[in-house]
Amino acid sequence: MGDKDGFDARLNAARTRNGLQRPPKAKVGDAPKNPWGFGMRAGVEVVSALVVGVAIGYGLDRWLGTWPWLFLVMFVVGSAAGVLNVYRLFRPGQRDR
Amino acid sequence: MAAEGKAIDALSQFELNTTLGPLGASVNFTQSNLHMLYAVIIVLALMTIGMGARALVPGRLQGLAESAYEFIMGMVVEQVGEEGKRYFPFVFALFMFVLLGNVLGLLPYAFTYTSHIVVTFGLAAIVIITVTGVALARHGWHFFGYFFPEGAPLWLAPIIIPVEVVSYLSRPLSLSIRLFANMVAGHVMLKVFATFVVMLAGLGVVGPVLSLLPLSLNVALMGFELLVAFLQAYVFAILTCIYLHDAVHLH
Repeated sequence: MGDKDGFDARLNAARTRNGLQRPPKAKVGDAPKNPWGFGMRAGVEVVSALVVGVAIGYGLDRWLGTWPWLFLVMFVVGSAAGVLNVYRLFRPGQRDR
Repeated sequence: MAAEGKAIDALSQFELNTTLGPLGASVNFTQSNLHMLYAVIIVLALMTIGMGARALVPGRLQGLAESAYEFIMGMVVEQVGEEGKRYFPFVFALFMFVLLGNVLGLLPYAFTYTSHIVVTFGLAAIVIITVTGVALARHGWHFFGYFFPEGAPLWLAPIIIPVEVVSYLSRPLSLSIRLFANMVAGHVMLKVFATFVVMLAGLGVVGPVLSLLPLSLNVALMGFELLVAFLQAYVFAILTCIYLHDAVHLH
């Protein structure tokens, strides 16, 4: 890590000169490559968003006594958030967030 | 104990019991806590004893400590940027704690504390609270602009904002479920095949020969589980870095 006399810069220059520049690594956090990881990750994203949405809706309903309306609304919102999570995960060319 | 009767008992390995005799029982000190303590002691020992020599040419222990440091430092700088270095201790502590939990759990008689969702969710909650705190401290009220993308029509706000908030809150849950599910699945599989070994071995003459099949599968699974242990700790750390990146450079 230490930046002694611009060592990193000189190393980079030498690597570029000799065609040894390492290709940029694939960003982890992007979609996993194998189908199992792919499905697992997408599933976890959908389920966790849905669980959070339903939990918020249920909690608000318990508090405000509006069962089942906020629960239903937040269920839809949670599903939308799950889809949004998966979309972000697999959106091409954009950084995962 | 697993092969008693005909049932495969794959889940009792996750049960919590108190350790350290009556003292542990009186304060509910479980084997999970004990292994967390082991992990912390091992990490501390690695960093203090390993770096104690401060040799220019590192020995084995110093090499291990240095490569762990460089690995996380590289990850933090690559994902968050130069200003991410101040969060290095946080990410490093998280990574080592999760890694040690996963790897210690592979030893015989050991307990995997990362196989409990309470533990992983606790870690993920620490991550998300820290990240939100960092974002609030750095950007103040601008942080809430994160939940409404610029340029979206204003009448969509009642739909977009709840969806974005739920999506943000689902992060700690997906982070914790991923680690917990991987650990539980791996240990259940190991236990099931280990039970097959014992069951088949009792099947008369051909039994011991047949039991070599699940035994060899378990050997392969063990290697796979070691990979998963590292990979999940890595994923946990790198997602923390990605969330920190979002907090530092708000979109």
